[in-house]
Amino acid sequence: MLYARLIVMRLLKAVVVLFLIVIFNFFLIQMAPGDPAAILAGEAGATDEEFLRQLRERFGLDQPIYVQLWRYVSGIAMLDFGWSYRQGMPVLDLILARLPATLLLTGTAFVLSLALGIVAGSMAAARVKKPSGSIIMALALLFYATPLFWVALMAVVLFSVFLGWLPAYGMYTVGAGHTGFALVLDVAKHLILPATTLALFFMAIYTRMTRASMLEASQQDYVKTARAKGLAPGVIQRRHILRNALLPIITLAGLQAGQMVGGAILTETVFAWPGIGRLMFEALQQRDYNLLLGIFFFSAALVIVFNIITDLVYRLADPRIKEAS
Amino acid sequence: MSFFARFAQNRGALVGLFILLAIIAMAMLAPFLYPESPWRMVQRPFLAPMEVDGFWLGTDTMGRDVAAGLMHGAWVSLLIGLVSTSVALLIGVPLGAVAGYYGGLIDDALMRFTEFFQTIPNFALAIVLVAIMQPSVTSIVLAIAIVSWPPVARLVRAEFMSLRHREYVEAARLVGQTNRTIILRQILPNTLSPIIVLASLMVATAILLESALSFLGLGDPNVMSWGYMIGAARTVIRQAWWLSFFPGVAILLTVLALNLVGEGLDDALNPKLARERS
Repeated sequence: MLYARLIVMRLLKAVVVLFLIVIFNFFLIQMAPGDPAAILAGEAGATDEEFLRQLRERFGLDQPIYVQLWRYVSGIAMLDFGWSYRQGMPVLDLILARLPATLLLTGTAFVLSLALGIVAGSMAAARVKKPSGSIIMALALLFYATPLFWVALMAVVLFSVFLGWLPAYGMYTVGAGHTGFALVLDVAKHLILPATTLALFFMAIYTRMTRASMLEASQQDYVKTARAKGLAPGVIQRRHILRNALLPIITLAGLQAGQMVGGAILTETVFAWPGIGRLMFEALQQRDYNLLLGIFFFSAALVIVFNIITDLVYRLADPRIKEAS
Repeated sequence: MSFFARFAQNRGALVGLFILLAIIAMAMLAPFLYPESPWRMVQRPFLAPMEVDGFWLGTDTMGRDVAAGLMHGAWVSLLIGLVSTSVALLIGVPLGAVAGYYGGLIDDALMRFTEFFQTIPNFALAIVLVAIMQPSVTSIVLAIAIVSWPPVARLVRAEFMSLRHREYVEAARLVGQTNRTIILRQILPNTLSPIIVLASLMVATAILLESALSFLGLGDPNVMSWGYMIGAARTVIRQAWWLSFFPGVAILLTVLALNLVGEGLDDALNPKLARERS
């Protein structure tokens, strides 16, 4: 019962945030250089005056601003994100066609970075004053400071150009006509480089978070008790410290995961991965503002969905929170 | 122990400071060593590093000197990092201070506002803002500031909430100081050290953001930046990997150095915390 109410509350909040983003988008279109009619038409530059006048009338741009806002918001409420004149398709169709690729990429990168980050972080926490622990943290700092797009490019140079182990571009081999298991294998092969490079930066964050969280948990009284009982250090690390340290990691991981959509824009651009990040790059190059703002809206929506999921997982993992609320 | 002694105890921070000074020197020397515009074509394109004397990092696809681009780019990265962080502080500190000091409805409203900005994916927002405002140093600085102020506001708010009921604040109130004076003269000075540490890390993030924007072609078309150099060389990565390699190393070193310095500042400014942590 409580659970259902919680979900409803979170969804309501999500609707409010998305509504604000739509309004924000509307004002961004107003701010964009040139005539809004030209932008809506997907044309930035000289266009026929009569055509623009017709457009203004059709999109209601001759109306007062609140009427325009109302039209825009109600359009989006009915999932009408406008038309991409550059691609000759509705914005919504373009985005939906690209969404699965992005979900596959960010999902894989998320699982990979969280798993590796927790393992590396707990290893570093267990070796806090030893050189091996310092080396892990130094590596984490290095990955944290490395530009994502640069790692991606260097990975292409090393693994595709010099070693020739992995494909550098796309999601599957064009013209190979793979089906079934062969197709899965082919996509997996193409996924390795983009997912790993995207995961590196986030792995660094999770490593640092896990270490800090575990060091904090190891100060607790129950850890001293466990030690006094004579439990093996490994058991204390896994059963007593890590378990309790995981909770804050889940919350922070959920918040960070939202930024993964941003990282995907860079990785997809480098690897020509056919997701919404690559689509955003194409929209940028073509100055396709309608499409750009549509993708922006969807990426924010993705983040919100992700946050709700983490929130629910968190509450499942820690029943104490349910009682408190 | 003095401030610098505590800072120097962290060996990583010293290394970071050294790298950072070297990069600042690079930026300062750029106009003297390479007085000509880094956009000028000076040799034939695609020279490998060391192939021709005087072009120790080679030339790019248009025959521009890579070394000149690197030196001039240092200036742009540092400048955009510093200015955008300052602007983010100008937004975040007052918001956080007011929310934390007054509490109640004001706090609620300001925090909902902050949360809204935290929900929107940073990088996507920065892209949209720069694209709409048209790429220029000003629009890049503004976009980076707009996506990076929320953590500042949260930090300052938390500090203000824990300090506002301290005895010295009550005493100031008792002698009749105005809220403005209490915020600016009594509480704010006591929140400076965490703000400084956060700011140093924010400069690092801002430099990463700027390079990513320039990489996507959203850099100021009039200034040479490291991100632009990588982005422009992306399509020829198979023939000339070094064109992307060196600017990337420059970004990596700068961001790494700033993070190390930030950790050192944290140790030096919050000695109690540092001891607890180790």
